[in-house]
Amino acid sequence: MGEEKRQEFWRWTESNWKNPELDWENTKYITIGIDVGSVSSQAVILADGEIFSYGNMRTGSDSPGSARNVMNFALEVTGMPEDRMDYCIGTGYGRVNVPMADKTITEIACHARGANFIYGPEVRTVLDVGGQDIKAIQCDERGKVTNFLMNDKCAAGTGRGMEVFSDLLGIPITEVGDRSFQVEEEPEAVSSTCVVYAKSEATALLRKGWSTEEVLAAYCRAMAERIYSLVGRIGVVPSFAITGGMAKNRGVIDRLMPMVGLESAKTNWDTQIAGALGAALFGYALCQKGKGRKKG
Amino acid sequence: MITAGIDCGAKSTKTVIIKDGQILGKAIVQTGFDQKKAVHESLGKAMKEAGISREEIDKIGGTGSGRNSVDMADKTVNDIKAMGKSAHYYFKNARTVSDVGAEEGRAVKLDEKGNPLDFAINEKCAAGAGFFIEAMARALETPLEEMGPLARQSDKVIPMNAQCVIFAESEVVGLIHAKTSKEDISKSIHDAMASRIVSMIRRIGVNEDVVMLGGVAYNPGFMSAMKRELRLDNIYIPDIPEYGMAVGAAIAAAEEI
Amino acid sequence: MLANYGYRDASGDHFITIDTDKCNGCGECVTACPQGVFVVLDEDPNDPLRDDPVAVVVSDKKKKLKYECNPCKSTFNRPPLPCVIACGQGVISHSW
Repeated sequence: MGEEKRQEFWRWTESNWKNPELDWENTKYITIGIDVGSVSSQAVILADGEIFSYGNMRTGSDSPGSARNVMNFALEVTGMPEDRMDYCIGTGYGRVNVPMADKTITEIACHARGANFIYGPEVRTVLDVGGQDIKAIQCDERGKVTNFLMNDKCAAGTGRGMEVFSDLLGIPITEVGDRSFQVEEEPEAVSSTCVVYAKSEATALLRKGWSTEEVLAAYCRAMAERIYSLVGRIGVVPSFAITGGMAKNRGVIDRLMPMVGLESAKTNWDTQIAGALGAALFGYALCQKGKGRKKG
Repeated sequence: MITAGIDCGAKSTKTVIIKDGQILGKAIVQTGFDQKKAVHESLGKAMKEAGISREEIDKIGGTGSGRNSVDMADKTVNDIKAMGKSAHYYFKNARTVSDVGAEEGRAVKLDEKGNPLDFAINEKCAAGAGFFIEAMARALETPLEEMGPLARQSDKVIPMNAQCVIFAESEVVGLIHAKTSKEDISKSIHDAMASRIVSMIRRIGVNEDVVMLGGVAYNPGFMSAMKRELRLDNIYIPDIPEYGMAVGAAIAAAEEI
Repeated sequence: MLANYGYRDASGDHFITIDTDKCNGCGECVTACPQGVFVVLDEDPNDPLRDDPVAVVVSDKKKKLKYECNPCKSTFNRPPLPCVIACGQGVISHSW
């Protein structure tokens, strides 16, 4: 039960939206991208490459169920029948479990494509820090990936790693950002990358008299340094965009950005739809190449 | 000659007192935050068990990650050397020795005299060390000592996807929710651990006889998995494997002229 | 595209980088690797609009690269890696 309460931070408000200016009946290609993540799922419907509608909701414990649920969520605002769709692409952590997908594409490719749409062709570096992985992607002006790395092996720097630490310190994850700055002097980062060993280090620091906020600050700094060095491995080229759950954690982001030395790109779109959006865009491109459900 | 060996490890500090090849006394205490205190306590307890006083000990050897805290040592040796001395002392044909500590896994290649030729370490990542099994035991809500026997009751092969303690905990919880039996989950955990240790050993080459030191040697599930993964019938284990490195330190101290 | 498969954890960087611009999908790396780390796919999962085959690191092995590659990376005597030699086109590089 305590686990569910802690998950509150990751509970985005579920939302769906329809573009009032588009009409599905006068469209050549309708494509849908479905992104099933470990925490949340999105579906984006495009009408000839323009965003027609989208849905964003929590992933249930049942991946195939999530795919269908979020697809229905995006469909219900449109009044469009499901079989009108010309192509369905699945992506994300649970992409193998999108039963209605015609094809699946990796999150890396979809994220870059989606970021290109959301932030414009100037975006060259995308950093996505999610619940269980960190993705650093470089792309060209068309949103094609030119360099990437994804870490999903080591929990350090991921949302899960942060959760474990905030548990240890007894700080609700939503307060991590603000509390980490309630220190007189910014401490040095904890020396262990490994979350398990960082926990031991934290316990020792608390015993030495460090305040909870100081230990938290030291850990957030360590996480920012780790994320920075990961994205540094592929190189940060402007413009630079950050997406994913960690983007909302001030404790890490506000320490990371000065290291990067760039402003992060802004958008009015909900950045969480980047993956599903990219998937739907690929669907559109493939339809134009004649590979859609309806031929020609 | 009476010698003492003190292994100050990340989690526990082990002392062994030896005379003429016989163990007179031994003790194990939690290292905690104060290494020097643990060292003194451990030595004190071992001396009490041996019924001897400090003056009767001729040489003291120190080893382990906290060996610099063994301030009374006549000689300190690094873990690699201690492992070599120990393995060779117990098994003259030992050519490969491995020790899985709480925070580090190590493997050493030995020559016929027990001198280290090469070594490999799994360090800084908890998944490559003993802590992994402990953490999984907690996730499985099972006492650590029951983990091994549980694993022995399964013959299923369920590869673990996660290679990190934190993610593995979630994976175990997922397996529990999927109604996988405790026996099968425990086997999966031990297989995953053994696979990482054996991979480390392969860096220095697997040459028989292979010796295992450390408390993990008591874990039948782990040792079965190790033999399977190494494709060996026999892995040699000394009587009190958790004192393996402490014995090595005592031997090293005795050799000091 | 530079595809970096692998991870960085507390023990270091363990990435195998495949330069897909130089890869022609010949499969020599697949044959050369004793651990089955590589596979050639008809389509690049990270570039769905590419029509040529490309080598990738097998999904299941990505998180275990340090362990998978250990047999070829002996601490004492480090001979050149079989995958790199078999390729001959400079497609594959290891970060450790």
